[in-house]
Amino acid sequence: MNRRQFFKLCAGGVATSAIAGLGLMPTLAFAAPREFKLIRAKETRNNCCYCSVGCGLLMYSRGDVSKNVEPSLFHIEGDADHPVSRGALCPKGAGLLDFVNSPNRLQYPEYRAPGAATWQRISWQEAFTRIARLMKDDRDQNMIKTNAAGTPVNRWMTTGMLTASAQSNEAGFLTQKFARGLGLVAVDTQARI
Amino acid sequence: MTNHWIDIKNADVVVVMGGNAAENHPVGFSWVTEAMQHNNAKLVVVDPRFNRSAAVADYYANLRSGSDIAFFLGLIRYLIDTNQVNYDYVKTFTNASFIVREDYGYEDGLFTGYDPKTGSYDKESWFYELDDQGYAMVDESLEHPRCVWNLLKQHVDRYTIDKVVNITGTPKAQYEQVCQVIGATHANNKVATFLYALGWTQHTKGAQNIRSMAMVQLILGNMGMLGGGVNALRGHSNIQGITDMGLLCQNLPGYLKLPSDKDVDLQAHFEHHAPKPLRPGQTNYWQNYPKFFVSLMKSFWGEAATPENNFGYEWMPKWDMQYDVLRYFEMMKQGKVNGYIVQGFNVLSSLPNKAKINEALAKLKFLVVVDPLAVETATFWRNKKLFNEVDTANIMTEVFRLPTGCFAEEEGTIVNSGRWMQWHWKGANSPKEAKADGEIWAGILAELKRLYAEEGGALPEAVAALDWQYVNPANPTAEEVAKQLNGQDVATGRQLSSFGELKADGSTACGCWIYTGSWTEQGNMMARRDNADPSGKGITPGWSFAWPANRRILYNRASADVNGNPWDKDRTLMEWTDGKWTGIDVPDFNSKLDPQASAKTGFLMQPEGHARLFANRLMAEGPFPEHYEPMESPIGTNPMHPEVITNPAVRIFADDKAQLGDFEDFPYVGTSYHLTEHFNNWTTHSRLNAIAQPQHFIEMDEVLAKQKGIANGDWVKVSSKRNYIVTKALVTKRLQPYVVNGKTLHTIGIPLHANYEGLTREAYEINSLTPYVGDANTQTPEYKAFLVNIEKAEAI
Repeated sequence: MNRRQFFKLCAGGVATSAIAGLGLMPTLAFAAPREFKLIRAKETRNNCCYCSVGCGLLMYSRGDVSKNVEPSLFHIEGDADHPVSRGALCPKGAGLLDFVNSPNRLQYPEYRAPGAATWQRISWQEAFTRIARLMKDDRDQNMIKTNAAGTPVNRWMTTGMLTASAQSNEAGFLTQKFARGLGLVAVDTQARI
Repeated sequence: MTNHWIDIKNADVVVVMGGNAAENHPVGFSWVTEAMQHNNAKLVVVDPRFNRSAAVADYYANLRSGSDIAFFLGLIRYLIDTNQVNYDYVKTFTNASFIVREDYGYEDGLFTGYDPKTGSYDKESWFYELDDQGYAMVDESLEHPRCVWNLLKQHVDRYTIDKVVNITGTPKAQYEQVCQVIGATHANNKVATFLYALGWTQHTKGAQNIRSMAMVQLILGNMGMLGGGVNALRGHSNIQGITDMGLLCQNLPGYLKLPSDKDVDLQAHFEHHAPKPLRPGQTNYWQNYPKFFVSLMKSFWGEAATPENNFGYEWMPKWDMQYDVLRYFEMMKQGKVNGYIVQGFNVLSSLPNKAKINEALAKLKFLVVVDPLAVETATFWRNKKLFNEVDTANIMTEVFRLPTGCFAEEEGTIVNSGRWMQWHWKGANSPKEAKADGEIWAGILAELKRLYAEEGGALPEAVAALDWQYVNPANPTAEEVAKQLNGQDVATGRQLSSFGELKADGSTACGCWIYTGSWTEQGNMMARRDNADPSGKGITPGWSFAWPANRRILYNRASADVNGNPWDKDRTLMEWTDGKWTGIDVPDFNSKLDPQASAKTGFLMQPEGHARLFANRLMAEGPFPEHYEPMESPIGTNPMHPEVITNPAVRIFADDKAQLGDFEDFPYVGTSYHLTEHFNNWTTHSRLNAIAQPQHFIEMDEVLAKQKGIANGDWVKVSSKRNYIVTKALVTKRLQPYVVNGKTLHTIGIPLHANYEGLTREAYEINSLTPYVGDANTQTPEYKAFLVNIEKAEAI
């Protein structure tokens, strides 16, 4: 029994004994109540991705972790154990499930050719190969190795990068290594604006 | 935040200014109402609009957007005049007693050293007078005419209440009342906290807005205290963590600096960033800079970083000027940029002057958009009637749109405003072929490494050396990277437990020194979930990990006086008893020092160990704040000094200057803000949020609406010198006209959430209106005070 089922049982118990105490106990009931919808769900802890209060989340997915079963989220609520948010979510956080499952989520790598009016679907390898080629050609042509004073500066200014402030630290560190390791100086994030 | 969310409950006075916490951080705001209900705290809200925070405030004062500094300099004058200064605190912990150089001065809106040709300052004179040992000279009696305290008194003396309210438009009685309520917290047992957000940063003098408030907190003795501090309520969920990661044009992780051309070699870089102490007996923590930097280089270049090659220092790019995003889009518009990678940032809908952003993107050879959602940036080339009218066939940019997972589909850490590093777990797979961000960089990098190995090219050794030795290089795990961020002993692989263990000889590797202790030999400290609060003061030491060193309240030495006695027994954080320090938090000072010695270095990151009322050479426009008008001033003058109207150190490009509007054509103050149902344009893709708030609108006051014949719900055209939008009008009492410098002013409130690719009703993006000019220090664009006009329009 998990915590939620325990609370449910306790609450039900109090109500039942109160009704019995008043002499209102029904004689017999055959219709089973609707099963608690989270009962077979997997619970995962996370934090809201919007503002930086960092409210705790409980996310519920279906799928029993067996092979070829894709877990999908069907419910997200506040985490009552979280010391800041104490189970609450704001109107943004309350809609999180609809962001995760938004019809506007991107699903495949896509490419728009010069002058074209539409996307075409491509494979990841096609994307990596083409992007790496474009980057390398630009880097090789425009890398500034030394400045006028002869100091090694190794900066690549003709390509830049704008990075996300909703990515995790770990993704952010990989982003930083990728950017500076290649010599990029024009790197910024939402903290700038 | 120097403090954290729960700590707000310990405040006596909560000031919400430059933000609207009730609307934008509603769950965090529950700690404000907690303070009101259980600590008898008073809530003060100062804002141009009677907003949702104001609706529950004890005291509300309105002010014209862009006049906050005048508000604060008047407050500082009032505190000094009415003797509501915590002098013991000010003398112990601030640089009030420090003597400033003789050649420093201020006159008529300009500090010494201004060069009108370059529009910038030579800051040489903005510094302390030094003795022969290189230490700053002080006068603890505060009598020296050039000590910081007397210069400050002189500087604020011009800001009488009458002059202030003439600039801010605040009714005098409201202003006096707010001064009184805040002033009362100068007492040792009264504490105020300030909560702010983009309402302060998005001005051409945003950094000085915040400094003005920080100075007030020092004068009142509210820094380092339970229930006090300077508390930025940050925007994105991990904007704190990504700032820690140094993803800004001149930064590296842990607030280390990307080398500049002046740092000709590693030694020069250290000399510029590891300062010498400015007073005797200093902890001067940044003297450890070389240890942090070399350890970072080891995490970048791995085995290839050796003492012989200065740990790969020369492979790092050096900057010659600040390539912030505003400068970079200007360069892009001029055709100087070929490629751009945009990760999770809807830049077309958010940077100022959308037309300029469109023009710049169309000059790129290639654009790579990495995002979980179908954002407007990726389709900047698509013609969309009314909302994005472009000539698709003539836009020659190659565009890639790469799908990423989202928070629910990964594990890792995000850092909240209170510096809590909270670990989260994966609950679902990403849709179809979407990949994690790191996996995408890994894919491109693997190709680049292969190409450079095969073909050679520019600086191939850096590409080869870049360390990517993860178990699966194509998809590094969050656990591996988190351990790397914490830091390891290179020889043994042992996880370090404190940044005190870091070395400058290459024997330690560490991705972000302030994170050391977050993943030790004991395991993942960020995943801890003990919510116990043994002190009852909201310090939950077993919940996640707060950087640095799991410290919850920064500068906590200042919670006790020079002898180590807490200013307020009920707010004991650190206390000197029986010859040692005890307390409920991790000390933010060397706890081996006695109270007197540690008080001298209470702000231990500073080479003088004292908090700065006088900023020395750190700020672009002066060591003290001064009132300057927004770049588009609704009164066209500066009542303090008509010759210097706007911030003299602002950087503005010629084409943007030509697009600044005049108050005669655009008489109303435009200001942007958020609604509680939406997060920028992100949530327009979430159906529930789109249903809750489907239609963009602007807000205007009843007086102006009547003048213009605009009724509630009418369509209106709002225009600036840049462009226009057509939207609906909400006529409201929440906005009221102001009288400023003898003139009646009206504010047009403009919610930000407007786009055309989401699930909400299609709308003009409001960044069509905003001016392309930023704060003189940070280059954060001026979204909060610009000029617009308004008229009735046909429905769209």
